Amino acid sequence: MRRIRSYAEVGPGGDEVPRQVAAQDARVRERLAGVRHVVAVASGKGGVGKSAIAANLAAALSALGQRVGALDADVGGPSLALMLGASRGPLAVTREGVLPAQGVANVAIMSSDLLLESGEALRWGPSSSEHLWQSLLETGMLREFLSDVAWGSLDWLVIDVAPGADKLARLAGLRVADLVLLVTTPSAASTAVVTRSAACAREAAPAVGIVANMTHHVCSACGAAHPLFEADTVAQLARESGIPVLAGVPFDARLAARTDAGAPIVLDPTPSPAADALRGLAALLIQAVPPRRSSTPIVPTAP
Amino acid sequence: MKFLCIECDTVMDFAERQLPGDGTMTAVFACPRCSREVAMLTNPMETRLVSSLGVRVGGREVPEQPMELVRSQLAAGRQDAFTDEPPTDAPAGGAGQTLTVGRVAWSTDASERLERVPGFVRGMVKRIYAEWAAERGIGEITPDLMDRARAELGLEGM
Repeated sequence: MRRIRSYAEVGPGGDEVPRQVAAQDARVRERLAGVRHVVAVASGKGGVGKSAIAANLAAALSALGQRVGALDADVGGPSLALMLGASRGPLAVTREGVLPAQGVANVAIMSSDLLLESGEALRWGPSSSEHLWQSLLETGMLREFLSDVAWGSLDWLVIDVAPGADKLARLAGLRVADLVLLVTTPSAASTAVVTRSAACAREAAPAVGIVANMTHHVCSACGAAHPLFEADTVAQLARESGIPVLAGVPFDARLAARTDAGAPIVLDPTPSPAADALRGLAALLIQAVPPRRSSTPIVPTAP
Repeated sequence: MKFLCIECDTVMDFAERQLPGDGTMTAVFACPRCSREVAMLTNPMETRLVSSLGVRVGGREVPEQPMELVRSQLAAGRQDAFTDEPPTDAPAGGAGQTLTVGRVAWSTDASERLERVPGFVRGMVKRIYAEWAAERGIGEITPDLMDRARAELGLEGM
């Protein structure tokens, strides 16, 4: 058989695709060089209040004097712009990139919600085969939200990750997060799914913490705390995974109502155990999370 | 993906790209030693796979535009999602200033064609064509030149 040199042996040239992919990666690194911390709020399970936690965390950090951006990585089911009261005017395309929308408490926001016609779902192109490329394109969208938005200098970039361990794996591929907060309720169903996400979370960031949402209800009349779930599955999750619980957020109907109205409860001076817990989480992160690590390339330049 | 001229044992260089408009792509590679050429023909799905990565076979001739992948591939994008107007609070000449489109005229036919591009992506398309024309010293963009630029730049779907 004749000897033909392999791909790795022939050196540069050809389609230039690896070089372009490496350049995309470099753009992300360059953009995030001005961001001190990137925290991803994630959960394997949907419906656990992840986006509400992300929105309130972003607002709480900002209220504590931090410069904050919020990136909605739930590109198929975006809600962060609404929850943070983002303006829906056209986004200016500048020399530095696309300027993010502004939300409450000066939080800078990028979300697919700001790009889609009202009532329209996220779809790609006119072809019937779009589902084949959906994951590629959604990853590309997330990458461009990171690299092409003029985030400026931020203390925190809060990323609201779509539910599903696979979405955490997507974030892990981009390797931008310093901390993943795994949000769960104390239900067995939720913690079981979040357990599956723990390994992906560890791949996505060097630090992982648990935020237990809807842990209990505080009686507004007597102040007594009543558990909402029979078993403390969050403690079991923490024990078995070795991931610390950073906050327990009690159920508060006002939290959902205020967040849906684009006015996160952490900005409301009315006493609220839920708001206190979220403010406490923000203060803990400011105190405990070191500045982000130096970046390393994701995709090595192919020969 | 590389093409190797077996006879010369040399990697072929990208030479030319053509987009017939049916979703397929033709990319020509040539051996720098013997000048032998081969054409790579991709079907619509293969073409789409490459564009979904946000890359161009053969490389880019003009810099990538902000959110180029999203703006060129997203369906149902808001007509007014983006603006080239600077924000009202942007300092003159400083951060926040919008990109300057090259001083290139558009023929009536080319302008009409541009108007048919969805508003979501129109500003970016206009800028790409203008930068391509300015780099070549072209004073007026016509539909024929738009076709040429589209093929050279690999702007499938624009």
